[in-house]
Amino acid sequence: MSFIELIKQPWPWYVAGPIIGLMVPTLLIFGNKTFGISSSLRHVCAACMPAKIPFFQYDWKKELWNLFFVFGIFLGGILTAMFLKTEQPIVVDPSLVEELSGYGITAIDGLVPEQLFSWNSLGTTRGLIMMVFGGFLVGFGTRYAGGCTSGHAIMGLSNLQLPSLIATISFMAGGFIMANLILPFILSL
Amino acid sequence: MQNNTKDNNTDFEVRSLDAMCVNEENVQTPAWHNLKYLVFGLLFGIVLIKSEVVSWYRIQEMFRLQSFHMFGVIGSAVVVGAISVFIIKKFKIKTINGEEILLPNKTFNKGQIYGGLLFGFGWAMTGACPGPLFAQLGYGAAAISVTILMAIAGTWVYGKIREKIPH
Repeated sequence: MSFIELIKQPWPWYVAGPIIGLMVPTLLIFGNKTFGISSSLRHVCAACMPAKIPFFQYDWKKELWNLFFVFGIFLGGILTAMFLKTEQPIVVDPSLVEELSGYGITAIDGLVPEQLFSWNSLGTTRGLIMMVFGGFLVGFGTRYAGGCTSGHAIMGLSNLQLPSLIATISFMAGGFIMANLILPFILSL
Repeated sequence: MQNNTKDNNTDFEVRSLDAMCVNEENVQTPAWHNLKYLVFGLLFGIVLIKSEVVSWYRIQEMFRLQSFHMFGVIGSAVVVGAISVFIIKKFKIKTINGEEILLPNKTFNKGQIYGGLLFGFGWAMTGACPGPLFAQLGYGAAAISVTILMAIAGTWVYGKIREKIPH
């Protein structure tokens, strides 16, 4: 199997995790930057619509690197779609497939189920809730918590910060509550 | 590092609440030097997609304890990150510009619990945290632009009402 064919396969956790972890020293050594992504959303607010809100009154141009970083993530997505796409269908746990089919979600493909996340699904109640309200909670919650999976769970825990451990436990608790207790209702809509 | 910041924002922990805004370089570099972060982001985006961390299904599996994958990714990332930070501190490794590497300590506030829970809700719904949203959009899920705009709106509303909510 050639190298390019090999990297087209889905990467196992023990390859991806350590590379993601190496982002921490890379950003520190190349520019004294702490790994974190959700702040980019704040910089967009500060740059585009500060509206005299104190939280957005700062020199966002100093944080420009963060916007370059997220634009890089976007470009990485494009490049992967162009050159590194796998032809194999995604392997999903059978009990999840069964659960989803109970909600009429049968097209298990791509990164996100087309039946929930697409322009058409914006016209459905559950699609609207998941894309619009879900997105809002991601932005509101990460800023309220002062970071997301990268800033707290990876960077913060790497630096042995107790507040980051508390935040990470809260992320996971929120996710478990939503996925197991609330999402079944939303998906039934 | 905070004492040499030029802006005079004295709002309640407006900078220290956000790790991103605390650290900065003293060395002034031209803006195009930021392109290195674009390259790092690009590599990060490829890893996120190829490891399926940006997959809605993997996130659902994680929160239903149906797969070890996400726990393995985050866990091994933290282990490698922690070893790296330990080595950087132990050997006082400097940046490529010869500056001391500073790692700010985070202070606890209740927002980490309330906000953390709310983000957890959003994470399980969208199947994405902020980084993966950008990767999904690049990979071709164009409708995710709506989710990203809403995440920006959520951030904005937080900024608007943060004085009124418990921290």
